[in-house]
Amino acid sequence: MSILVNLGLGLLFGLGLIVSGMSNPAKVLNFLDLFGTFDPSLAFVMGGAVVVAFIGFRLVLVRDAPLMAPRFQLPTRSDIDARLIVGPALFGIGWGLGGFCPGPAFTALGLAAPGTLAFIPAMLAGMWAARALAERKV
Amino acid sequence: MTDFTPVASLIGGALIGLSAVLMLLAEGRIAGISGIASRLFPPYGDRAFPGRLAFIAGLVGAPLLYAAVTGASVVQTVSANLVLMVVAGLLVGFGSVWGSGCTSGHGVCGLARLSRRSFVATGVFMAAGFATVYVVRHVIGG
Repeated sequence: MSILVNLGLGLLFGLGLIVSGMSNPAKVLNFLDLFGTFDPSLAFVMGGAVVVAFIGFRLVLVRDAPLMAPRFQLPTRSDIDARLIVGPALFGIGWGLGGFCPGPAFTALGLAAPGTLAFIPAMLAGMWAARALAERKV
Repeated sequence: MTDFTPVASLIGGALIGLSAVLMLLAEGRIAGISGIASRLFPPYGDRAFPGRLAFIAGLVGAPLLYAAVTGASVVQTVSANLVLMVVAGLLVGFGSVWGSGCTSGHGVCGLARLSRRSFVATGVFMAAGFATVYVVRHVIGG
């Protein structure tokens, strides 16, 4: 059951990325190109997503528990540490170089562009390395 | 050039937000793609591996659903510079996990939860993205 629900949620999320145009790296890079071929679409994607999530999260969190798990598992930290600056800085540089963040990269996999096929294994290797390094430190 | 698509982007964004809300309702978790993808690797702290793999499979399968529903195919332009794309992939993968989230976990779910950490992270990756494209297109490429 959980597998089907997650598959459906992934499809819905991916459909949103495609409809919004964010599965196209060129659109993301043009959003980031403030002083060139600026395309503000990404701000509308984030705006639409944040408004729906802002309202929806509040409606859901009235409940005592989610439907398919014993309890809600939400991040609780509020401290600003070095990792919270270094990580997003590296992520932002990579995002600006390739125009892909993780979600759109996965929706692009099936189209099998050579750049995507180079990006995804490297991204997974980077994720693995970050987790391995984090585990070793604690 | 790409066309400015405010309506399609708002609708697509709302679908992304809806998926995040339903994820919280069903599983009680944040729909953060880097968190979901990176936990496909060991060590496993829970038994949610099949669900995570199914979510990623949904993302991968989404273009098929889109083509089936609309009859249109997905349009995209990806850089053919493979060295650049490998470097980009390493930075995106490492940075998103090191910083506890990417555009979805921090940029959508975190902002919607008014998380202080997510406001900081989103500000930093946006600034880094703007700066990188500026350098690539207007300093090196200009």
